[in-house]
Amino acid sequence: MFDTLTGRFEAAFAKLRGRGRLSADDVDAALREIRVALLEADVDLDVVTGLTGRIRRRAVGEELSRALNPAQQVVKIVLSELTASLGGERLAITYASKPPTVVLLAGLQGSGKTTNAAKLAQWFLRQGRSPLLVGADLQRPAAVEQLRTLGERAGVPVFSHRRGPVKAASASLAEATRTGRDVVIVDTAGRLAVDAEMMDQVRRISKAVRPHYTFLVVDATVGQDAVNSARTFHDTLALDGVILTKLDGDARGGAALSVKEVVGRPIAFASVGEKLDDFEPFHPDRLASRILGMGDVETLIDKAESAFEAEEAEETAARLLEGTFTFDDFLATMQQVLGMGSLRSLLGMMPGVPRELRGAEVDEGRIGRITGMIHSMTPQERAEPDIIDASRRRRIAAGSGCRPSDVKALVDQFKQMRSMMKGLGGLGGKRTAASKARSSRQAGRPGGKSSASKRRGAGGRTTPKGPVPVSKAPLTLPGLEKGEWPGLN
Amino acid sequence: MTLILVVVLVALAAALVAVVVARRRRRPSATAAPDPQAAAGEAADRVVGRLAGRAGTEGPAPSLRDRLSKARAALGGPLASALERASSTEEAWTEVTEALIRADVGLTTSSEIVEAARSRAASGGNRAQEATAALKAELRERLGGFDRSLAGRRDGGRPSVWLFVGVNGTGKTTTIGKLAKREADAGAGVVMAAGDTFRAAAADQLAMWAERSSAHVVRGSAGADPASVVYDAVESAAARGADLVLADTAGRFHTERNLMAELQKVRRVAGKGSGVVTETLLVLDATTGQNGLAQARQFTEAVDVTGVVLTKLDGSAKGGIVVAVQAELGVPVKLVGVGEGIADLVPFDASEFVEALFA
Repeated sequence: MFDTLTGRFEAAFAKLRGRGRLSADDVDAALREIRVALLEADVDLDVVTGLTGRIRRRAVGEELSRALNPAQQVVKIVLSELTASLGGERLAITYASKPPTVVLLAGLQGSGKTTNAAKLAQWFLRQGRSPLLVGADLQRPAAVEQLRTLGERAGVPVFSHRRGPVKAASASLAEATRTGRDVVIVDTAGRLAVDAEMMDQVRRISKAVRPHYTFLVVDATVGQDAVNSARTFHDTLALDGVILTKLDGDARGGAALSVKEVVGRPIAFASVGEKLDDFEPFHPDRLASRILGMGDVETLIDKAESAFEAEEAEETAARLLEGTFTFDDFLATMQQVLGMGSLRSLLGMMPGVPRELRGAEVDEGRIGRITGMIHSMTPQERAEPDIIDASRRRRIAAGSGCRPSDVKALVDQFKQMRSMMKGLGGLGGKRTAASKARSSRQAGRPGGKSSASKRRGAGGRTTPKGPVPVSKAPLTLPGLEKGEWPGLN
Repeated sequence: MTLILVVVLVALAAALVAVVVARRRRRPSATAAPDPQAAAGEAADRVVGRLAGRAGTEGPAPSLRDRLSKARAALGGPLASALERASSTEEAWTEVTEALIRADVGLTTSSEIVEAARSRAASGGNRAQEATAALKAELRERLGGFDRSLAGRRDGGRPSVWLFVGVNGTGKTTTIGKLAKREADAGAGVVMAAGDTFRAAAADQLAMWAERSSAHVVRGSAGADPASVVYDAVESAAARGADLVLADTAGRFHTERNLMAELQKVRRVAGKGSGVVTETLLVLDATTGQNGLAQARQFTEAVDVTGVVLTKLDGSAKGGIVVAVQAELGVPVKLVGVGEGIADLVPFDASEFVEALFA
C-alpha cells in the first residue's frame, strides 16, 4: 500500500543530483512525502507539522554528503529526528527507600492494562524484586479474575478488595508491607478521557497510593485521538512514562510519537506479543523505521531468532552454504518462516522489497501444495533431488494432486536456489556475511551502487517473461549481498 | 506467482538463517533500498501539498505549549471555527480535509471524499457552509444505502450464530454481553459461547454478563479448542430451542497466520452442526487509526465479515476509519457501542455519525 520512503524521495530528487547543498525547495519536496508517511502511520496532524518543521531546519543547507544521495541523506535526517523524538531521556526505575515502590497503570479500555500489569510484574520479578499486583478494576466484569490468573502464571500474588477501587488500592499498601512485597502494581479500570467521573476516580486512586511511577498504557493501533486522551491523562495524573502495547500486529505505531510529543515523558516499555515475557524496554530506533514504513529489520531478526533454534539455524546455514540443503531442510525452514507471521507482514518488515511483491496477494493456502509435493517424495528424493526423473515426477504429481510440470518447476527452482546458496558459501561463508553487513552499514547504503551493479552484472536477472521485479530494488539484508535472489521466474 | 513467492520465502528464510548466524555481534541498519517507481496518489499529493504550503510559512518552531493550546482549541468544534476563519474557498476545503484526517478517515479516503464533494458543491453562496454541506452530503451518500439489519431467525428453525471477531481489546466480549441482554429482552432465546479460551477469565466475564440477562453461557476449560466450545454452544442452543448463539472469540492480530486459520476453523465448525452462521461481525475500536483498514481487510478475507461493530464511540475518538472500511470492502457498520451500560449498544445511523465526525 505504501512504498518505501527512500523510493519516493528518489523520485522527488531525480532532478537534482550533483548539487552542493540541499536547498529549501529540495527539502520541501521531500517533506511532502514525509507528511504522507507520518499521517499514514497515524501520527497526529499537529505533531506532524512540528516534526517536519524541525526536519526542515536541520536539512536545509546541509552539505550533500559524497557517500549518500540526497534522498538517502534526507531519510537519514528524518530517521534520526524521529528516533530523537521517540527516545531522548530514558526512564530509569529507582526504588523507594521505604518500600513498597508503587506503580500505577492507567489507560483507555482495551489498551492492555491488565495484561501489561502482569507483564510488568514479571519484569520486576526478573529484576529481583517481589511485586504485588493490585486489581483496582472493579468496572469490567471478571477483570480481577483475569489478573489473578495472570498473576498465578507469573508467580505473583494478587490483591483486591470488593469495597471499591480506591479502597482496594489504598489497602494494598498495608498488604504489601505485611507480606513483604517491595513493588506494588495497581491495575485500574479502562476509562475514556472524556468521562469526568471515571477520571476523578483514577485521580482519587492516585492520591490514595501516591505512586512513584504512573504509566499510561497506549495501544499502537490508536489513531489521531491518541493526543486527546494522552493529554487528559497527563493533566489528571502527571504521567511518568508510557507503555506501548500491541506492537505484535502490523500497526505502524505513529500514536507513540504523538503521545511522546504531547506528554513529554519517555516510552518506557513495549509489549510485543501475547506471552508474559513479550515485554521489553522500548527501542526508539526500531519504531522510527517502522513509522516511516521502512521495514523493521530488527524486529524481523528478533522474530527469526525466536523462530529458529540457534543451533538448528547454524546447521541449516552450514548445509545451505555447503550445497547439501535438502527438501526436508526446505520444508522445515519454510514452516519456521511461516510461524513468524503472515508472509505479507514479513515482506512488509523487510526494507526494499519491491512493490510487486509487497502488494502481492499471498495465497498461503497454495503453499500447502508445495508442502504436499515434498511430502510425496521419498526420503531419498528429498535428499538428492537430482534423481527425480520423469517417472518419479509423475508419481509425486499423482501423490500430491499436481501436474508433473508443477513438480518439475519446484525441483528446478530448488536446485537453482541451492546452487546460488552454495555460491554464497564459496565467498567465505559466515564471516563474509558478517563483514559484508558491516561494510554496507558503514556506507549507509546497502542498496547503493556497488552492490546494484554487481547484481546487474551477475546476469540471469531477466527472463523471457520480462525483467525480474526484484532487480529493481534488491533486497538489502546483509548476508544476501552476493547471494542474490535465486532465479525468480 | 505462487512459485515466485515460495522461492522468495525460502530465500528469505535462507537470508534470515544467515543473518541469525552472522548476527552475534552485528546490528544491521534499516535503510531501505530505492524504488524509483514509487508514486503517490495524485489527490493525496495535492492535499499534502496544501498542508506543506501552510507549514512552509510557519515561523520559529512552535513550543509544546503552543501545540497544546492549538490542539485544545481544536477540540471544541474544530471545523466550524476553522471554517469561519477561512479566507478563501481553497482554505475552507483544506480545513475540511484536515478535519477528516483528524477523525482517522485517512489521507487517501479523505482526499477522495473532498474531491467528490468539491465537484458536488455549487458555486456562489457562503463558502464555508457550502463546503460543509457538500461534504456531509457526500459522506452520507457514501455511508448510506447498506442493509444494516442483523440476520437471524425468529421462527423456530435452526439457531442462528453470530460470530464476533477482531484484534485484542476492541470490546468483543462486552459487545456480546450487551447484545445478549438486548436480544433476550426482545424475546429471543440466547446462548453465549465463550469461545475466547485464551484470555484469562474471558469466560467469567461472559458469565457475569449472563447474570444480568436471561441468556445462557456455554464454556469450555481454559485453553480448550474454541471451535469445539462454539460447536457445543450451538448444539446446546438447538437442544434448548434457543434462537441465537453469540459466539465470542479470542482477540487476535490479523497478521498471525495460525490464529487466523484457527478462526476459519471456528467459523466452519459453527455452521456444521445444528446452527447457521448468519453474521460474522468485526469489532473495531473507534480509537483505531489506519491499521483498522488492514484489520478489516484480513478478517474479511479470512472469515467473510458481514458487518462491523464500532465500539467506544462515546470517547473523543471519531471512528473515521469505518468510512474507509466501508468504501473499500463494502462492509457496513451495523452496531455502535456508546457506553459501558448494558443498553449502550445502538444501531448505526449514517447521518448522526457524519454529524459527530465534525463535532
